[in-house]
Amino acid sequence: MNINPIVIFFASIFTSNIVLTNFLGMCSYLAISKDLKSSWGLGQAVIFVMTITTILNFLVYKYLLVPAGLEYLRYIVFIIVVAAFVQLLEMILERFMPGLYYTLGIFLPLITVNCAILGVALFMVIREYTFLQSLAYGAGGGIGWALAIVALAGIREKVDETKIPRGLQGPGFALIVTGIMAMAFIGLSGIANIQ
Amino acid sequence: MKNEIKTITEKDLWTENPVIRQILGICSALAVTNLMANTFIMGMGVTFVTAFSSMTVSFLRHVIPRRIRMMVQTLVIASYVIIVDIILKAFLPEISANLGPYVGLIITNCIIMGRCEAYGQSNPPLLAFWDGMMSGLGYTLVLMFISFIRELMGFGTLFGIPILGDWWTRWTIMVMPASAFFVLAIIIWAVQARQSNKSV
Repeated sequence: MNINPIVIFFASIFTSNIVLTNFLGMCSYLAISKDLKSSWGLGQAVIFVMTITTILNFLVYKYLLVPAGLEYLRYIVFIIVVAAFVQLLEMILERFMPGLYYTLGIFLPLITVNCAILGVALFMVIREYTFLQSLAYGAGGGIGWALAIVALAGIREKVDETKIPRGLQGPGFALIVTGIMAMAFIGLSGIANIQ
Repeated sequence: MKNEIKTITEKDLWTENPVIRQILGICSALAVTNLMANTFIMGMGVTFVTAFSSMTVSFLRHVIPRRIRMMVQTLVIASYVIIVDIILKAFLPEISANLGPYVGLIITNCIIMGRCEAYGQSNPPLLAFWDGMMSGLGYTLVLMFISFIRELMGFGTLFGIPILGDWWTRWTIMVMPASAFFVLAIIIWAVQARQSNKSV
């Protein structure tokens, strides 16, 4: 597993996009993508939380769980780390940066249950990334997720005015648009490849 | 009691099916549906975890303080997921490797938390167990259907057994992630169109 972190960074945004190829974080992806502004808000929050928690989880896994031989506890531990970090972040933002808190605050609780965050941490363990690789993967994964949700929200806002079959409205339509986006992203697969 | 069981079964398998009606648990529904064998094992794992965590939450429902119930539920779910993970690693190492992180991601599958929250914590344990099991089966059924289409068209096989002969041109798209979105979207479309025709 000797891949340049920069390659991992770009690959996780474009070619191994966490939504379009790994299907992670679909629940909030489908639910929030109705309008552009909140998509971007949630996207930013995901970028931030994913980058930091991936690093935290990397450190916890490598220096706490592996030496103690408790790797199988990683699911519980990762979830607790993410939940604790989000809680802490919420309190810090509320106290010191009220402006940012009002824009991002409502999205933070959603992030604890966003499977993309946990998924990135688990992929990191399975692929045996080093510290820098994990940092690149966390940041790239977050940006890739934000890119996908903002793109979908943009398309959905435009299509709102057109007539689509009644049964297809809502999630069905969002899924088809996502499928087309996934196909479009395959076109980028020459750039960089992990897996 | 008997009526209750019947209503739950009907609701979870069809009228309120977690995947196609409530659009929950989509992540894993899409990720593991390229091969039927993987899908089946994943479905069984989710059913096991949903049933037992719903039952456990129901047993503990008078003990858990309301304010921290989410945390407790998550821990209960995570414990069962660890059991599933260890069992898979021991007995089905190949499928466990195929499923990769998606076994761990059962924890964040909204269906399980949803059943604990909506049913488990306010109903007796046996009913909660049944409700969890039926929700899990409803999830499994939809996934099996998706993977049936994808594996048959993408590889020409079912459960790894060749069904369509050499004359079948394999649809590469069905193996790729994009097709999972399309197949699920079409299923949701069909179900919703049927529903809205009925109500008119």
